[in-house]
Amino acid sequence: MSNASEIQVSYVAQLARLNLTAAETALFQKQLGDVLSYVEKLREIDVTHVEATAHAIPVFNVFREDEPRDCFTAEEALSNAPRQANNLFIVPKVVE
Amino acid sequence: MSPAALPALNIGELQALLRRREVAPKMVIEALHDRITEVDGKIGAYLSFDFEAAIKEAEKADVNLPLGGIPIALKDIISVARQPCTCGSKILANYKAIYDATVVKKLRAAGAIPFGKMNMDEFAMGSSTENSSMQLTHNPWDLSRVPGGSSGGSAAAVAADQAIAALGTDTGGSIRQPAALSGVVGLKPTYGRVSRFGLTAFASSLDQVGPLTKTVRDNALIMTAIAGHDPEDTTCLDQPVPDYTANLERDLKGMRLGLPKEYMIEGIDAQVKAAVDGALMQLQSLGAEIVEVSLPHTDYSIAVYYILATAEASANLARFDGVRYGYRAENPIDLLDLYGRTRGEGFGPEVKRRIILGTYVLSSGYYDAYYLRAQKVRELIRQDFAKAFEKVDALVSPTSPVPAFKIGERTADPLQMYLADIFTNAGNLAGICGISIPCGFAKVDGKKLPIGLQLQGKALDEARIFQIAYAYEQSTEWHKEKPKA
Repeated sequence: MSNASEIQVSYVAQLARLNLTAAETALFQKQLGDVLSYVEKLREIDVTHVEATAHAIPVFNVFREDEPRDCFTAEEALSNAPRQANNLFIVPKVVE
Repeated sequence: MSPAALPALNIGELQALLRRREVAPKMVIEALHDRITEVDGKIGAYLSFDFEAAIKEAEKADVNLPLGGIPIALKDIISVARQPCTCGSKILANYKAIYDATVVKKLRAAGAIPFGKMNMDEFAMGSSTENSSMQLTHNPWDLSRVPGGSSGGSAAAVAADQAIAALGTDTGGSIRQPAALSGVVGLKPTYGRVSRFGLTAFASSLDQVGPLTKTVRDNALIMTAIAGHDPEDTTCLDQPVPDYTANLERDLKGMRLGLPKEYMIEGIDAQVKAAVDGALMQLQSLGAEIVEVSLPHTDYSIAVYYILATAEASANLARFDGVRYGYRAENPIDLLDLYGRTRGEGFGPEVKRRIILGTYVLSSGYYDAYYLRAQKVRELIRQDFAKAFEKVDALVSPTSPVPAFKIGERTADPLQMYLADIFTNAGNLAGICGISIPCGFAKVDGKKLPIGLQLQGKALDEARIFQIAYAYEQSTEWHKEKPKA
């Protein structure tokens, strides 16, 4: 496992699309450094022959017939939209 | 019976009055409303409630249904159509759900009336409810202390007789730990036992919905109503649902209970240890045999949990981008600015910390070292439990190593807060079921603080842990005590 001090909070925040203040970045750098030092203990275990468990109980693909069902109206789907017009979500201009 | 006495009743007692027509369902809602008005200013358990809607439902309630006319409070992460669902977050402060969660539909089908949305740690991340962006919730036994978390509002309301019963969610202990700290009964069902459709996802391989109640029988009654297959949730198990109240009265003769030796750590509060030792003797006197068992990878469960839970959370919380619902930052210059500022301004500190940690452990170059390794250790933890359950019928332990701590005492050090879940989160990793029941009180600063006993059972063995919990509860008086605060 990598050295805990390697986490670069400002870089990871960019990956996560999450703006942090300078104070938050500094605080998280210290706190997450502590958490990552704590989880270093997982290196003690030999996991060479262990299979990874994603779910504790086997999960399988679940299929259903592709049939029309009741669905939300545009009005319902847009009822929580921060900005909307003409039954569309409005966002800042994407294409120049 | 005077209306003011109704909120203190449990489901069983209330049901008897409703079915004899001595009390109308509407009176129960009105009495709860009065009780909330009287005490919630001190407790802070409710984020919202829709009194008019509940009264309308009460007028139509069929009291002969399994939960007919019984109001049930919901953690504010469970969707009820046309009602707020804030998840304790500023980012959803003005959000209103547009559909009912499956558990809400099932409660309604059983005659229950959803009433009240309860405070919680933001997006269920926390062990004290202090991470709510909305308000603090105070422990009814000592208002200067936390109720536990993340389902702290649900637990405190049931403990303070502001709710007859409630639903919470448990990802690493978030039903059981607040149940223990607030002195109520809380069940985390087997992974997949209860549908999560309509629940805001935190860590999808761990989350479960479950009841917080005044008695074990009430808990079994609600589970019988909410468990079962749901085509809307692909992880929901297609297994028959027993009547969980059917075998409660069976005795414990021949029952083998395992005491994990790794749980006897130094950090356990002396009064908690004494109460749990007393409970073990009581269980023995009821006919159970106590056997020491080993869960060798116990010491790694918190580390595994905080890698997997944060990784899953970082993916699940990507949906809060300010486009389709929730808060949006003002005057964004482009999409990236919209995402970054919306999330930076909308999320609270613990959620941000976990998104950063989760993004990091999934990022290129670190995935194998953290995420994949944690998934492998998770398998070892799962095997520990499987081996233990070959020898015993259930596991017994404290729910929390300490009674309720002071508000503000642990907020500065996230790692210390994470350790609050030390006896509960392995159960989520292994996908098994667990219940916390009152087993005594600690005396701290002249106040009585509840202590919880945890019983864990193998997957889909809820009926058995209910049976053990009921036998213990009926032979003790702890569950009859009420907070005076």
